Parts: sequence; structure tokens; C-alpha cells
Amino acid sequence: MIFNKGATITSTGNSIANETGSWRSMKPVIDYSKCIRCDICWTYCPDIAIDKVDGTSYSAPYSQLKKKKVPKINYTFCKGCGICVNECVSKAIDMIREEI
Amino acid sequence: MYKVMKGNEVTAYAAMLSSVDVIPAYPITPSTLFPEKISELIANGEMNATFIPTESEHSAISVAIGASASGSRVMTATASQGLAYMHEMLAIASGMRLPIVMAIGNRAISAPLNIWNDQQDSIDERNSGWIQLYAENNQEILDLTIAAFKISENEKVHLPVMICMDAFLLTHTMEAINIPDKKEVTDFIGKNTTNRIILDTEKPATLGSFASPEYYTEFRHQVTVAMEAANSVIFDIFSDFKKRFNRNYDVVEPYRLDDAELIFVSMGAVSGTIKDAVDVLREQGKKAGLLRLVAFRPFPSQQIKKYLSMDVKIAVIDRNVTPGYDGSVLYAELRSILYDSDFKPEIIDFIAGLGGRDMTIDDFIKIYTLAMEMNADSNHIVWEQLKPLGEDVS
Ligand code: SF4
Ligand code: SF4
Repeated sequence: MIFNKGATITSTGNSIANETGSWRSMKPVIDYSKCIRCDICWTYCPDIAIDKVDGTSYSAPYSQLKKKKVPKINYTFCKGCGICVNECVSKAIDMIREEI
Repeated sequence: MYKVMKGNEVTAYAAMLSSVDVIPAYPITPSTLFPEKISELIANGEMNATFIPTESEHSAISVAIGASASGSRVMTATASQGLAYMHEMLAIASGMRLPIVMAIGNRAISAPLNIWNDQQDSIDERNSGWIQLYAENNQEILDLTIAAFKISENEKVHLPVMICMDAFLLTHTMEAINIPDKKEVTDFIGKNTTNRIILDTEKPATLGSFASPEYYTEFRHQVTVAMEAANSVIFDIFSDFKKRFNRNYDVVEPYRLDDAELIFVSMGAVSGTIKDAVDVLREQGKKAGLLRLVAFRPFPSQQIKKYLSMDVKIAVIDRNVTPGYDGSVLYAELRSILYDSDFKPEIIDFIAGLGGRDMTIDDFIKIYTLAMEMNADSNHIVWEQLKPLGEDVS
């Protein structure tokens, strides 16, 4: 750690070192049979903890949607804030208690 | 070139001469003339800068922080409640080590509401990590402001600077000002972004980051180190200023201190009146002198020790109050510095000139007489001209 003047950080992209997943007490889980692949959760996640992955093997409300990418939560970084749950237009995300 | 100008206008001229890029500002008495003059200079094509009228002082200083972080030279102005409203952002500016210059039209703090002069507003911000320089007259406002950019942008310092000027006594008082050529000023100040990490898409960086308990102390310490470094940087910059513009400044100004028996200590415009009072007293054979503080942050401890560690009486003119402490701020800090000196002077605190109450030559002659009669061991605080409570004062 170098104490740059004014706490300035020049090695960008370092948030990857801060595994915010450890903060989580509640966990968002997507029910893909309700997910319409609108990407709203992906847009709103403040920690960029939602990836978009190939959707062919995921269930969907109707078959055409299988061609689209699906949101997949990266639990190493998902801090459990619940914003995605609140924003999801299809009520496809549930917040469940973390099991230890 | 000489021009007759009010203190606020001088501040705007100093911004123009110093090639300021961005001026975010919100008007407040007695600093309102600053944004007005800036708009005029820009509209007339005399100044090439972006003026951003914000919706509050909090926003003005926030914009200043953003603009400075992007490498721009920034200036703003405020006073009193406006400065208080900026409070949380002030420490962010210094903590992020951003060069910013801000003119303060020193004005009393409410309540009761009062738009006139004392120095409570900027003295309250003494822990904000901003350098504070107090001007005695309008020429000093110009010179200190120009120097402030160079001090603020010095890589050993990289701290924001407040140029403090007394409300109305300076902000609205006309004085003939010697204005240097813009080119001379440009050569003197030099470049802004030397060795400073700025917001730049080519070289990404995080400014204004978070610091956990393992690191926070170190960054606070860095601000203190920079403030200490500012002491000698200010000295060097004032020397350079003298060579180029032939006007001499220091962090303190001694006035007729030789063989003085009573030394006034003050900051700002009132020092001019005290100098006149000292002259009158000297003519009467009374040995009075003045030590004026130009810099209040960094506190000129070494210079104070040099001039005041002797067997004299000191009358501190405190234009602020710190309720619950045994004396006001200038008194407390001065006394603390002199605690370990060989000769401990007798120090009396005169809380005076609050909320714009006039301080005349006669008042300082009276203070001299009173201080000479007093014994600081039995009483060391005098509320100047205090009217008795409960009496009809109309
Ligand atoms: S709970 Fe919060 S952090 Fe986790 S995926 Fe949803 S929005 Fe992102
Ligand atoms: S917001 Fe809901 S419906 Fe839209 S992609 Fe995310 S989980 Fe699917």
C-alpha cells in the first residue's frame, strides 16, 4: 500500500480485491421461470455483481427467451442489498436468508 | 497601473490576473460583489473562465472540488453562514489535497443575524486543513490572492487557501491598488498541475477514495505535514513575490516592537487602526507595538516565539468567541505557543469588534491604558465596550 497524496488510487480496477459478498446476510435468488431477461437488475446492481451469461440451459417463461442472455448473480461480490429484488419488474428475484 | 477598487473587486481582479479557469459561486453579503464582478469581466471579454452560479454555497465548494480535481485552477468566495454551510466540504478539499483559493469576507455568525465584520466565521474553520491568510488592506488582498495560487499549487503543500478580508472594512472599501501586468503574474504563479494526480480519462485514477482504520490516520497526518511544509513554502513564495513585485510580506508583521512594553496582537484590517494608535502612543512616550498575524494557519509559532518571548505585556485583540473556554481563540493559541518560552509575557485577551462594532484609535489607546493597569493573574479577559445586561441600551 502506497500512501498517495490525498488517498488517490492510481491502480484502478482494485475493487476486485474487496470481496463484498462477505457482507451478505440475505441472498437474492433468481427464479428463471419468471425472468423476462430485461436486464434491469443488471443495470441497477451497485456492485456490478450481476453477469450476463448464455441462457440456453436456463428455464424461461416462454421458449423464445432462451436465445437471450440471462442475469447470473456473482455471490463473491453480491453484498445482499436487495436493490435487484426491488427493481425486478417480474418479481423474479427472492431474498432468502443466508445459511451458515 | 493603479485602479481604485473595493476589496471584493480586487479579489475578482486577482482571479483574472491569476488565469483562474472555473469560478463556482453563490452570493452572500459581504462577498456578493465577487461573483458580480467576475460575471462582468467574463461578459466584457476581459476574462476567459467558466462562471458557474450554483444553488448554494455547499454546491459552490463541491463544484470547486470537482473542478480542481480535474486540474483546473479554481476560485470562489463566501462568508459567515455560507462558509459554515460549506463546512463538510472544506475538509474534503484539504483531505483530497486540492489547490483551491477562496476569498472570505469575514462576517459575524448568527444568531442574532448580523451581516457585519468579525472573524468568527473563518476562525471556526481553523481545523479544516485550509491555509488562512488575513489581509490588512486591499493591496494585500490582491497580492496574497496571487501568492495563494502559487502556495496552494506547490507540490509540498497542495492544500486549499482562504484569503480572509474583513467585511465592509475591506470588501466594500475603495482603495487605490497597484495592479501588475498579467504576464508578470502568469510567470510568477507558473503551472497548476505539477506532480498532481488529476481526473484524466487517459490515466484513470480514483480521487476521493475511502480509507479504512488502517490507513485513515496516515492521510490526516499528511495534511498536518503539508501544513508544516507550507510555513517555509510561504516564506519562499513571499520572497519571490518581493523580487518580482517589490512588495514585502511575511507570515507575521512586527510594527514598532523595539523596547515595547505593550504589544498588541491582531489580524486583519483592524491592524491598520492599531498601527495609528501605536504611533499616537509612541508620540506620547508610551512604548506600544503591534505584532500582526498574516498567517493564522499554518500558525506562525516560530515567529511568535521570536517576537514575543520577552518580558512584555500583550493585548490580544480577539474578534471571535469560544464560549466555555477561558479566553478566545487567538489568545488561547498564542498563550499555548508561549508556554515553553523562557520569558513568559503577561497576556490579556480583549474580545472586541464583534458583529461590526467600530474599533477606533481612541479605543486602542484606552485598551493600552487598561492593559497597563491590569494584572493578568487576577483577570485576563476583557469584553471591550460591553454594555451591562438588563439595562436600557436604546
Ligand atoms: S442484492 Fe444488491 S449486490 Fe446483490 S445482486 Fe442484487 S443488487 Fe447486486
Ligand atoms: S430484473 Fe428480473 S426479469 Fe429483469 S432480467 Fe433481472 S431477474 Fe430477469
